[in-house]
Amino acid sequence: MSEAFVHCRGVTKRFGETTAVNDVSLEVERGQTLALLGPSGCGKTTLLRLISGLERPDAGTISIDGVQVSGDGKYVAPEKRRVGMVFQDYALFPHLSVRDNIAFGMSGGGRNERVDRLLAGTGLTGLGSRMPQELSGGQQQRVALARSLAAGPRVMLLDEPFSNLDPELRHRLREAGRAILESLQLTAIFVSHDQEEALSLSGRLAIMMNGRIEQVGAPSQVYNHPATRAVASFLGDANFLPGEFRDGRLQFELGSVTAKSDLSGAVEVMVRPERLRLDGDTGIPVEVVHSDYFGHDQLATVRLPSGDVVKVRLQPGRNFEIGSRTSLSLAGDVVLFPA
Amino acid sequence: MALTFGAFRRSYTLRAPPLVGVLAAGVGAAMLLPLVYLVIRASEHGTVFETLTRASTIETLIRTCLLAAAVTAAAILISLPAAWLTTRTDLPFRGVWSVLFSLPLVFPSYVGAFVLVAALGPRGIVQNWLEPLGVDRLPEIYGFWGAWLAITLFTFPYVLIPLRAAMKGLDQSMDDAARSLGASSFGTFFRVTLPQLRPALAAGGLLVALYTLSDFGAVSILRFDSLTRVIFIQYKSAFDRSEAASLALLLAAVALAAVWIESMTRGKARYHSEAVRRTPKIVRLGGWRWPALVFCVSLVMISLVLPASVLVYWLVRGLDAGQSVSFIGSAAVNSVQVSSLAAAAAILFALPVAVFSVRYPGALSRLIERASYTGFALPGISIALALVFFGANYAPWIYQTLPLLVFAYVVRFMPQALGASRASLLQTNPKTEEAARGLGKGKLAVFRRITLPQLLPGLSTGALLVFLTAIKELPATLLLSPIGFSTLATEIWASTNEAMFARAAAAAILLVLIAAIPTTIVVLREQRAR
Repeated sequence: MSEAFVHCRGVTKRFGETTAVNDVSLEVERGQTLALLGPSGCGKTTLLRLISGLERPDAGTISIDGVQVSGDGKYVAPEKRRVGMVFQDYALFPHLSVRDNIAFGMSGGGRNERVDRLLAGTGLTGLGSRMPQELSGGQQQRVALARSLAAGPRVMLLDEPFSNLDPELRHRLREAGRAILESLQLTAIFVSHDQEEALSLSGRLAIMMNGRIEQVGAPSQVYNHPATRAVASFLGDANFLPGEFRDGRLQFELGSVTAKSDLSGAVEVMVRPERLRLDGDTGIPVEVVHSDYFGHDQLATVRLPSGDVVKVRLQPGRNFEIGSRTSLSLAGDVVLFPA
Repeated sequence: MALTFGAFRRSYTLRAPPLVGVLAAGVGAAMLLPLVYLVIRASEHGTVFETLTRASTIETLIRTCLLAAAVTAAAILISLPAAWLTTRTDLPFRGVWSVLFSLPLVFPSYVGAFVLVAALGPRGIVQNWLEPLGVDRLPEIYGFWGAWLAITLFTFPYVLIPLRAAMKGLDQSMDDAARSLGASSFGTFFRVTLPQLRPALAAGGLLVALYTLSDFGAVSILRFDSLTRVIFIQYKSAFDRSEAASLALLLAAVALAAVWIESMTRGKARYHSEAVRRTPKIVRLGGWRWPALVFCVSLVMISLVLPASVLVYWLVRGLDAGQSVSFIGSAAVNSVQVSSLAAAAAILFALPVAVFSVRYPGALSRLIERASYTGFALPGISIALALVFFGANYAPWIYQTLPLLVFAYVVRFMPQALGASRASLLQTNPKTEEAARGLGKGKLAVFRRITLPQLLPGLSTGALLVFLTAIKELPATLLLSPIGFSTLATEIWASTNEAMFARAAAAAILLVLIAAIPTTIVVLREQRAR
């Protein structure tokens, strides 16, 4: 059996009373990009720091490329792991120029040429002699990336790499970063609390909550088939309605449909807003109570006969007056959770 | 004064009220007076060049610079481990050590020198003990190493205090980044941590270097011929005082050069990251705890406990022998009186400059501010000599009077008051004054009820610092005191020179106790502010 390139088994890390990382097992294949997504304080950053060796686990083991680096009394120092890390605040050395920052972790000859290549590759040509504080946030971010790449890492860890940037710049740098990681076939794990970023950038997505990994899978898999109610409500918009499930058939306010589940009896039904349709003809009668217009689409809130409200994603061209009456129907799969 | 302050209504007014500008300019000019007059006095006689290029002058200069360099290096070598242990490790009683490590500052270095002589010199404690055993000579404590030891032991906190602050402010993610880029913990310290501590080391090192250059008492008591001692001897013995003036100018130039060197090391790196910083990790010492504790205990013993014990020993011996120490009463009153006057005057001088430079920034206010800081670098003996010459030639009515002595203190110590008042003025929002005006209060009422209360903490800290340093100042007091006016500092000096150790000890203990009061207040305030 071939082992994952980065492999965490039952990793736990406590700080005093709080358990930051709780029995986490995670595998990342060689060359894969994994996004670690979760709310603030869920332990994402701590997990990265455990993998990089900046923290020691209280339990569990971590191995990289088949060699154990943490756990069971083994501990390889961070500088011996060849694990690159891009920090949220970039952590550029304020006393060194851009060039010297990048060359910091390099070994061997031809450094000048290699720094030049990295500067060019990250779009920083001509900025080598600047000091970090003379750069914009986006430039600092790219220096941090180049500095990590320069040390020749086997694995790249990126801690909220784009969170300190404005949205437009974030988008551009995200694309550039993805291109660089892909061209180098680097194994990478990045931490984010931005859903869109995590969904678009990663080959695989891990949802972390309260120190635990809730679900790992392809982004579409996690979005369409969330394993728990918590994952469903954290990732994207979700409606929850009560229902009855028996013998493959689901009965709830929006009608009676077939569904797949091991559950039986009372269930909670999760419907994504884009799996609902509003039109005047079919379905159950609803009243439009609110609408958020986003440009590329809009999110309408409607009240069901039972009094429950649900959100419906609409095309930008549609227009419903607040208070107007229309009807709602189901247009896709639902996911069932225990009630 | 009040009118002046009521007048700054808007921070963006570029035209300062004339009264503020005139007062500030007057202060700036007064602060430059000693240096300017020293240049004039030295150049009046044709012998400046001869004096300065003489072999003995060059030797003295080298000796002085070597002492300053050796003391600074030693202070840094003591402070680095002390600061690291008390900020970044799990050393037991860290809080206690960090207070104890700051306390040696209450000993003026001439008291330190006296302690060395009284403990290890001829007729000192150790020799008294050893005499029955037939030992009648101890290794020489006089000279370079004695001076080096005395000044280092009582000035190293000048490096330690800013270094501790810098170490606390370090960003752990810098260390983490270096480690993840393949640097060992040792390499990280030298390539990443130490460079970030450089500004604190340079600033603290400058204070120690300036203290050593200007130190007169310790080098004189320990008979080390540095510039200050040579100047004093020249002044006292030579008929023509031009030579003393030339040397005093040379000393001032060396001190200004030290300031210039420090400002050159600053470079263009800025040492703070805007983002949330990761607080530094606490290093577990494990078994290293014991050597670390031995280091801390030894440092406190030799810089605090031993000097205090030696002072008490001589005081008790003196009292046992029936010596009267009542004389120190009037000296203490004089010390407190003249230092309080200096503190009050320094505040009055500092206020217009602070207001002008903070509220009306511009080329002129920058110039005035710089001029006002000159005294920070000027050694006391240079200022005192300049004022002696000036008084003797132009203002005999003020020569050897209290006002001239107070003025010397103000020139030398006003920069501390200026720094403190600038800092608190920078923190007061001029909008609060505008708001008060908008609520129907007049200029005077705004100053009294809004501005002054906000400035008060800064002003009083400045006053305490001036008091603290003025009460310890020796050479300016020796040269400028009115005839028959003795302070605790001059008492210690005179008694030590005559080997009246009990007398010196009594005065030194009283001086240390008085100095401990403002020190404690300032330290407690800073801790509360943090």
